[in-house]
Amino acid sequence: MNAMSEWETVIGLEVHVQLATKSKLFSGASTLFGSAPNTQACNIDMGMPGVLPVLNEEVLKMAVKFGLAINASINSPTQFSRKNYFYPDLPKGYQISQLDNPIVEAGFLEIIVKEGKKKIGITRAHLEEDAGKSLHEDFKHLTGIDLNRAGTPLLEVVSEPDLNSAEEAVAYLKRIHSIIRYLEISDGNMAEGSMRCDVNVSVRKKGNKELGTRTETKNVNSFKFVERAIQYEIKRQVSVLEAGENVVQETRLYDSQSNETRPMRSKEFANDYRYFPEPDLLPVLIDDEFINSLKDQMPELSESKTKRFVKDYQLTEYDANVLTVDLNFANFFEEVAAKSKNPKLAANWVMGELSAFLNQENLTIQETKVDSKKLGNLLNRIEDSTISGKIAKEVFEEMWNTGSSPEKIIETKGLKQVTDSVEIREIINQALDQNPTQLEQYKDGKDKLFGFFVGQVMKISKGKANPEQVNKILKEKLEE
Amino acid sequence: MPELYQLTIKEKLEGLKNSSFSSLELTESYLERIKRIDPELNSYITVIEEEARVKAKESDQRYQAGSPLPLDGIPIAHKDIFCTEGVLTSCGSKMLANFISPYSSTVVKKYEESGSVVLGKTNMDEFAMGSSNETSYFGPVKNPWNNKCVPGGSSGGSAACVSAGLAAGATATDTGGSIRQPAALCGLTGIKPTYGRVSRYGMVAFASSLDQGGVLTKTAEDAAYLLKAMSGHDPKDSTSLNVEVPDYINEINQDIKGLRIGLPKEFFSMNLPQHVEKSISDALKVFEKLGTKIKEVELPHLDLSLPVYYVIAPAECSANLSRYDGVKFGYRCENPKDLDDLYMRTREEGFGPEVKRRVLIGTYALSAGYYDAYYLKALKCRRLIAGDFDNAFKSVDLILSPTAPDISFALGEKSSNPVEMYKQDIFTIPANLAGLPAISIPCGKHKGLPLGLQLMSKSLEESKLLRTAHHFQLNSDWHKSWPSL
Repeated sequence: MNAMSEWETVIGLEVHVQLATKSKLFSGASTLFGSAPNTQACNIDMGMPGVLPVLNEEVLKMAVKFGLAINASINSPTQFSRKNYFYPDLPKGYQISQLDNPIVEAGFLEIIVKEGKKKIGITRAHLEEDAGKSLHEDFKHLTGIDLNRAGTPLLEVVSEPDLNSAEEAVAYLKRIHSIIRYLEISDGNMAEGSMRCDVNVSVRKKGNKELGTRTETKNVNSFKFVERAIQYEIKRQVSVLEAGENVVQETRLYDSQSNETRPMRSKEFANDYRYFPEPDLLPVLIDDEFINSLKDQMPELSESKTKRFVKDYQLTEYDANVLTVDLNFANFFEEVAAKSKNPKLAANWVMGELSAFLNQENLTIQETKVDSKKLGNLLNRIEDSTISGKIAKEVFEEMWNTGSSPEKIIETKGLKQVTDSVEIREIINQALDQNPTQLEQYKDGKDKLFGFFVGQVMKISKGKANPEQVNKILKEKLEE
Repeated sequence: MPELYQLTIKEKLEGLKNSSFSSLELTESYLERIKRIDPELNSYITVIEEEARVKAKESDQRYQAGSPLPLDGIPIAHKDIFCTEGVLTSCGSKMLANFISPYSSTVVKKYEESGSVVLGKTNMDEFAMGSSNETSYFGPVKNPWNNKCVPGGSSGGSAACVSAGLAAGATATDTGGSIRQPAALCGLTGIKPTYGRVSRYGMVAFASSLDQGGVLTKTAEDAAYLLKAMSGHDPKDSTSLNVEVPDYINEINQDIKGLRIGLPKEFFSMNLPQHVEKSISDALKVFEKLGTKIKEVELPHLDLSLPVYYVIAPAECSANLSRYDGVKFGYRCENPKDLDDLYMRTREEGFGPEVKRRVLIGTYALSAGYYDAYYLKALKCRRLIAGDFDNAFKSVDLILSPTAPDISFALGEKSSNPVEMYKQDIFTIPANLAGLPAISIPCGKHKGLPLGLQLMSKSLEESKLLRTAHHFQLNSDWHKSWPSL
């Protein structure tokens, strides 16, 4: 690993974001995922002779919103081009994409790294249509073509080579993911391919100004795989260079099974795409009125939400960051906080107990088994001393498993906290009576045993005694 | 008493309205002529006999109910480039010789809505690439005026069938002259409207920024009827113009007195054959008599038209024709070994030599390292040519020229010399590059073969073209004669 420290890594990412429109980029066909093959491809998607594309205006809005979110400039006019290559799942033999004047250009976003914040440049984000899918496994000696995905709108987000480690790359990806989710322009589901990533990696000797030869690893489809693919490529390239050889500029594939990248067949990428302006679509003018109307619709993004959480709820920046990574998660927290009137407690529970249960069952916040209203009610029972925090965890588990309300569980299980001082006094007496030896020792100056007595009291009360009162009365009792 | 096919569209509509003859009788008369005459001409690829009778009967019912549609019962033909649901749409190519279109083009639908009866689909140069109709997979079309000669192209089938009285009119497309040159060679009126006037949806693409649908008819008045039916904004075509379509039929009678007609000196300084020059100067005398003013104009970049066209059109076609890969529809080679073999043999066997030539030229012009030198430069020159027209139209209303360099030529005469063939469109290509409307009308004959003149105007002034052509035809007889068949 010592050798590694002489090297510096330079990474740029190309992220393909599938935009969540109802219909396709240039046709009225539905974009729904998972339908029977070729049932969601109309004549336009199939590239029938004579068909023409018509731009889906919803897509423009989404792309402009993304541009606004990353502080970019919006090009007007923006222009579509044809990218020519032959592939069976590319019905027209060209993909309608953007080359010159992409809709979004020159933006940036900030990621949080060990040293603080780091600005990552975004060169451009352009619109293009997705291709269909080739199905090689389902047919013997034949390839099946499913064109359902053909024509689905994609926003390709190209970063500057500003990332220097796998961790930074993942942090950047997560920021992109957060932005598209906050803007509700994509579901960002990497497993279903709604967000895919091409990773450009090169290494160079520290202090070198010139970039090393890069490789492009295509279609990596999870945060974890992006991290691993980059780590693999860094190691591979460093060992190639240290052996005195040259890195070959090539397109590679990441194999998650073997956790390695390997070169694609040269044929699969040796293309001159012969871009030229798409004559079937006129350049699109995007006027200020259009942009301003979208500015008004921009939601609060995670960065400003974090700031607001710190200010309004007195949360730490760390907690606020955790809560705002996901929009639904942040919304859930705010609902609980509103219900419970104790934001700090709400934050602890959402990030602690709730997250632990979600993670254990691999659920998203939308799939939670305890809704924000019930969780708020539970926290209120802690606040009004009906139950202790410890008992609350027991109640929460029951709520999670049964879907029952906290009130009902407290009632039927008799978990209501004992706050009657007479009753507590009795339990304390019982605890002192049962442990004469320890009482003797305490009186001889062994102060540490105070905790022991608190434990005994809680044990006798089955955890229901109000801890504050126990502390207070026990102290009085022992000092008598 | 003229025969039914010899009536103008206006006369046919009157005859149908007055019950002088029924739509079915009219359709039958055409079907009979097609059966008799077309085996020799080869102007149709598909004749839709039964469906035509059904439509004709429906039309008769509407006449009986007293609510006919604008073109009710008028038998027409569509160039086989317009997708027609359930009907072979071959585009003159082996590649699509088995392609039954699953949908109808906007143009086909519009004619359906206007009540016209479709007799069939007409022959054409393969993918509209050619000026003689000799590149068709379905064999060459013969010129009704002389069966040793070509009808022009690429809309040679549409021109021959209307010229021979095998349809009252026909749709056609024009990328570099494919309506106007066959109109001239077959003695017809042919109008290519402004780019964007007629929807391209469902019209098989050759060169998207140049392709435009239009019509071939006997007279300018007939053209007004058919053009009105096919024009108008189409939300399915992003390049379609969202402007109202004038009433071409009524406006055709408006006076043309005072119109200024420009003669580009660049055209007339070419070495034109004497009979071509004479036909033009005779026509100019008619126009002067009608009160128009003739003056010379300059189009300094006109000589760039042909080279610019032969970069842009092939470039666009190289992409437009990529979809014919043997995967989804159309021709597929037998027993492909692998994917590359499927692609290569399908396209090797499915396309004819002229299509391959243009795909190769276009692919080359767009290749890395050549794009700036060819395609980008061609786009810049195209703007210069359009600018020339803008300037010229500051001082004139119309620009007049011959339509084609000469009368029709013999089958096989130019087919082995592509450049000679390309020169057929030297007068017509500039209007496509500038997106302007242009019309060709008959203006003479030489050796029994027709000659045509071309009028061009500013964008969206089809009405002015039709009106000028109509007034010329009111004062000339070239459009009235029929070939003896």
